[in-house]
Amino acid sequence: MVMAAEQPSKMRWGELEEDDGEDLDFLLPPKQVVGPDANGIKKVVEYKFNEEGNKVKITTTTRTRKLAHARLSKRAVERRSWPKFGDAVHEDVGARLTMISTEEILLERPRAPGTKQDENKVSGDPLAQMGKGGAVLMLCRTCGKKGDHWTSRCPYKDLAQPSESFIDKPLPSDTTTAAAAAAGATKGAYVPPSMRGGGGANSERTGTDMRRRNDENSVRVTNLSEDTREPDLLELFRPFGAVSRVYVAIDQKSGMSRGFGFVNFVTREDAERAINKLNGYGYDSLILRVEWAAPRAN
Amino acid sequence: MRPILMKGHERPLTFLKYNREGDLLFSCAKDHNPTVWFADNGERLGTYRGHNGAVWSCDISRDSTMLLTGSADQTAKLWDVQTGTPLYTFNFDSPARSVDFAVGEKLAVITTDPFMGLTSAIHIKHIATDPDDQTGESVLILKGPQGRINRAVWGPLNRTIVSAGEDAVVRIWDSETGKLLRESDKEDGHKKPITSLSKSTDGSHFLTGSLDKSAKLWDIRTLKLIKTYATERPVNAVAMSPLLNHVVLGGGQDASSVTTTDHRAGKFEAKFYDKILTEEIGGVKGHFGPINALAFNPDGKSFSSGGEDGYVRLHHFDPDYFNIKL
Repeated sequence: MVMAAEQPSKMRWGELEEDDGEDLDFLLPPKQVVGPDANGIKKVVEYKFNEEGNKVKITTTTRTRKLAHARLSKRAVERRSWPKFGDAVHEDVGARLTMISTEEILLERPRAPGTKQDENKVSGDPLAQMGKGGAVLMLCRTCGKKGDHWTSRCPYKDLAQPSESFIDKPLPSDTTTAAAAAAGATKGAYVPPSMRGGGGANSERTGTDMRRRNDENSVRVTNLSEDTREPDLLELFRPFGAVSRVYVAIDQKSGMSRGFGFVNFVTREDAERAINKLNGYGYDSLILRVEWAAPRAN
Repeated sequence: MRPILMKGHERPLTFLKYNREGDLLFSCAKDHNPTVWFADNGERLGTYRGHNGAVWSCDISRDSTMLLTGSADQTAKLWDVQTGTPLYTFNFDSPARSVDFAVGEKLAVITTDPFMGLTSAIHIKHIATDPDDQTGESVLILKGPQGRINRAVWGPLNRTIVSAGEDAVVRIWDSETGKLLRESDKEDGHKKPITSLSKSTDGSHFLTGSLDKSAKLWDIRTLKLIKTYATERPVNAVAMSPLLNHVVLGGGQDASSVTTTDHRAGKFEAKFYDKILTEEIGGVKGHFGPINALAFNPDGKSFSSGGEDGYVRLHHFDPDYFNIKL
C-alpha cells in the first residue's frame, strides 16, 4: 500500500521536473564553447533556468594541461598496450603508486635574472647563513635588518639610537603638559600651568625656556625627498657638530614625508656652518634649502 | 610544473634510465625489484623479480627489448623487457655495481665491488643475440683501481672504457687490450670519491659528480677537463640535458647525517647549471632525502629524479623552462 502510494507521487514529481525542463529549454540560447586556446584555456557558456525560473548564464573556464607532448614512435605505441607484469599485475586499486604532486614545484632561480652572482652568495645559500648563526633568529632591533647582524653589532647603532631618543625629546614640552593634565584629570582637580611640575615663581620662564630651546639653533630643511627619514637627516647634519634634535614632518594620514624637517644644533656656530654648506646641496636628486627656522608666529 | 610522484620502491633509489625513445623509465632501488614505468604519465608497467639484493644500476638495449641489471646479490641479470622474465644470470664473486651495454649490444661492461679480499674489477662480457647462446665468460677483466668502481661506461666506437670510482680518479682503458690509456691527474681531478658519471647524448664528453661537492665535465677522448661546476652539496647524481646546455646535479648530505640537521640545510634539490657558463640556473625541490639518481628524457622535455626517500619524481618542464635566460 505504502509502496504504491509512494511510487506514483515520485513519478509525477520526476516527470514534472523533466517536463518543465523540456518545455523551456528551447527558449535558452545554445551552449557555446570557446577554445581551448594556446594556453589550454577553454570557456563553456551555458544558459539554464534556476529554481526561481530566472535565466542564468553559466560560464565555465577550464584549463587543460598536457603532461607531455610526446610524439610516440610506432614501437612506443605498441609498448603502451603491453600487459602489465611482475608486481604491477596485482596492483591494488587503492595503492596509488603514481600520484601527481599537489604542490606546484618551480625551477627556483637563485637570483633575479640579470643580477650579479655575488648577491647569490649571500641570499642563495641558506647553509652559509646558518653557519653565521641562526639566520632566522638574527633580527636587529635597531635597524630591523634580518639575518645580517645582531642588535649589538648593528652598524647603524650609533646613528639610529640617538635619533630615536631625539624624536621623543621634542615631544616632552607637549607631553608633559598632556601627562600632567591627564594626571590632574585623574586626581579630579585642575592644575593651572603655573602650578605644574613644582612650578612656582619661575614656571612661566620655564615655559618660554622650552619654547626657546626648541627654536634655538634650529635649522629648517625644506625640499626633502619623500624617502628622507630622521636618521638620514641626522647622518647628513651630524658632521657639522652635535645635533640635539632631528625632526621630519610626516603627514598623519598618508604616512609620507611632507618634504621638510628641522634640525637643532647644540651650538649656533655649527648650525651656521651647516646652513652655509648644505643650502643648495643636492640630496636625493633634490636641491635642499636650509635656513634658520623662523620663530613660531605666536 | 607538477611532478609525478612514483612510489613503487620501498628503499632508496639507486639508478634511473630512460629507453631510447623516452617512453619507458627504468628505476633501480635498494629493494630487489627494478621497475619499469611509462615515462609520460608515470604508470607502472611492471617489475623485474628475481634479484636477491639491492640493484645498483641497469641499462636498456637500443631496441628496448633487453634489460641488464647489476645487483648486490653478486649477479647481473639480463631480462626480457616486455614480460619481465630473466633471460640470463651472470654470476660474480662480489656485488655487481655498474652495467653498460656497448653500442650494438654485442658487449657489456659490468663492474664488481671489492669484497672479501677480492679487489674491484671491470668485466667485459659478450652478449649473445639469442639469449639461449649466452655464456658467462668474460672477454676481458680489468683490475687496478683501489676501492669501488662506481661507474664504467663505453667510450666512442666501443674502443675505450671510462671508469670512475671511490679513488676519485677517472680512467680510460683500452677495451681490447685492457691497457690503461689515460688517468685524470691530481690537480684537475676530483678530491673525493666519484659517485656518478653520465655521457652526453653524442658521446663526445661526459660529466662526473663527486662527494667533493663538484661536478666536472671531461672530454671523452683526451680526458681533458672542460668545466667544473661547484656546488655546496656532495653530488650523488648527474645528468645532462640532451636539448639545452644544461646540466643537473643532484645530491645532498649523506643519508646518515640527514637527521642531525635541519631539512632546509640538506640541499635535496636538483640543481640546474648552465653547461658552458657553469652558472647556477635554478633548483627543483621536492625530495625528502638526498637525490641518488637523475635521468633526462631523451627528448629533453622532462627529467626524473630518484631519492633516498624511495620516490621517483618525474618532472615535465613548463614551457618557460625552454627560454630561461641567465
